[in-house]
Amino acid sequence: MSTNDSPIHDSVGRASSWVPSDREVERIAQRKVIARKRIAVATLSSVLVLGALIIAIVTSPGFRVVQETFFDVSYGRAVLHIVARGLVTNIMLTIIASIVIGIFAMTLALLRTSRSAALTPFRILATAYVDIFRGVPLLLVILLIGFGVPALRIHGLTSSVLVLGTVAVVMTYSAYVAEVLRSGILSVHPSQRAAARSLGLSQSQTLRFVVLPQAIKRVIPPLLNDLVALLKDTGLVSILGVIDAVRAAQIDASRTFNYTPYVVASLLFLCITIPLTRYTDRTLLRSIARQNAQGAA
Amino acid sequence: MNVLEVRNVRKCFGTDVVLEDLSLTVPEHTATVLIGASGSGKSTLLRCINLLDDIDDGSIVLDGQEITDPAIDVDVIRRRLGMVFQSFNLFPHMSVLDNITLSPIWVHGVSKDEAQSQAMELLKRFDLGDKAQQFPDRLSGGQQQRVAIIRSIAVRPRLLLLDEVTSALDPVLVNEVLSIVRDLKQDGMTMVLATHEMGFATQVADEVCFLESGRIVERGPASQVISNPQLPQTQEFLKRVHEAGRL
Ligand SMILES: Nc1ncnc2c1ncn2[C@@H]1O[C@H](COP(=O)(O)OP(=O)(O)OP(=O)(O)O)[C@@H](O)[C@H]1O
Ligand SMILES: [Mg+2]
Repeated sequence: MSTNDSPIHDSVGRASSWVPSDREVERIAQRKVIARKRIAVATLSSVLVLGALIIAIVTSPGFRVVQETFFDVSYGRAVLHIVARGLVTNIMLTIIASIVIGIFAMTLALLRTSRSAALTPFRILATAYVDIFRGVPLLLVILLIGFGVPALRIHGLTSSVLVLGTVAVVMTYSAYVAEVLRSGILSVHPSQRAAARSLGLSQSQTLRFVVLPQAIKRVIPPLLNDLVALLKDTGLVSILGVIDAVRAAQIDASRTFNYTPYVVASLLFLCITIPLTRYTDRTLLRSIARQNAQGAA
Repeated sequence: MNVLEVRNVRKCFGTDVVLEDLSLTVPEHTATVLIGASGSGKSTLLRCINLLDDIDDGSIVLDGQEITDPAIDVDVIRRRLGMVFQSFNLFPHMSVLDNITLSPIWVHGVSKDEAQSQAMELLKRFDLGDKAQQFPDRLSGGQQQRVAIIRSIAVRPRLLLLDEVTSALDPVLVNEVLSIVRDLKQDGMTMVLATHEMGFATQVADEVCFLESGRIVERGPASQVISNPQLPQTQEFLKRVHEAGRL
């Protein structure tokens, strides 16, 4: 306590007696002028560029038609609740899928990074799995599982397109997320393991207390990126007939030959993805700052 | 009674022979200091004793039990050994207190309250009482290394291995770390340490071993090996250390 008191007094005392020199006053004024100029330039260039863009679009020969078929405000308002109800399906699907993906991908990543002899066959299988599902387009996986599994007519197996579509998304995304997690695990320096093992921690305790917490912290930004991509890609299950936001918009648009529902669906997706991507950006910058600070220490 | 016996150990990395026919005996409550040029095998020997690396011949015996027996549970053996690394290796995602109590709680089955109060006692003893809740990246290098030493002695090891614990530090910070090691020696801790600090080696060593290319070529009390070396290689090495301004 007493050691903390004296420096505070010191700085307060100095602050009250300090009067900026003439040169400093002059510099502050100069900086203000420069800042004002920068703002003026930025505003002017933004207005010019964006204005030119808007004028180019509005004056284009097809603009009237485009406005009517894509940006019909009253029609948009009418379909909003239908598309929004579809979006709930996308969101639910994203939540459920991301939980399952998290568990499955972590299993794959742990298998791939383990060195245990007993797990060798599983390690090979995990590697093959990741290679295959990273190599096949998601749309094909959805089609194969959505139409292929029911065709097998295995008794007791679901033929719900919603479930099958989710399974397809989970299978593909698990392969991606497993690789992200694995790279995080491998990025933890071997000396951290050595320190943990030399304290007597077992292989699995080392993983649980030392390696995974550091690995996961490092891969949170890319994982958030994958979450945004996942939300968008849930729209692909509409191909199986699942009524999600994309499908709901499609049904209405094909009835009226007006594409405003697609624009509405896009805007709804953006309402969720933009905050998410902004947040991802912030966590990325923060984690880079933290790593730089650690490097300097 | 001997805590550690290293018998005719050989260690290779590929075709490089890094330790050759190396033997060492460490009686209870004594400190053995390893000196030698960079690459002479000091770290490798410590890592082999701690079972972080497998040896290629010979045997290592801890309290009369051969720990290089392939059937042995290395986790159980490591509970009796403490190791401090040149680069601290604190866990960056844990507070100082959590770093220290991790092993007592999860490996040695000490209750959380007891582990924390023991850790606080050690931290206070070594002037780090106010750093318990800090994260490692907020500490100076010397403070980090002191925490690392406390972490390794919190489980009361039979044998403490210290690998150049001051060589990553500013000269001004070296002393605060060395004074901990001196205190531990006074407490009767048995230890093996590699160091380039010859003055410090002279103070704590019961035996000094000079390594050259993986062999101990000269050994004896510090008064002999450091103050009055017999072999030309040892003399040459000490002259170079002296020139580097460390003596
Ligand atoms: N993992 C490894 N793979 C291959 N060679 C290694 C490995 N670790 C150490 N060596 C080699 O073993 C020899 C001894 O290294 P060691 O780290 O034990 O030396 P040291 O005496 O601790 O040196 P320093 O004083 O620089 O720490 C060196 O020639 C080094 O190149
Ligand atoms: Mg070394």
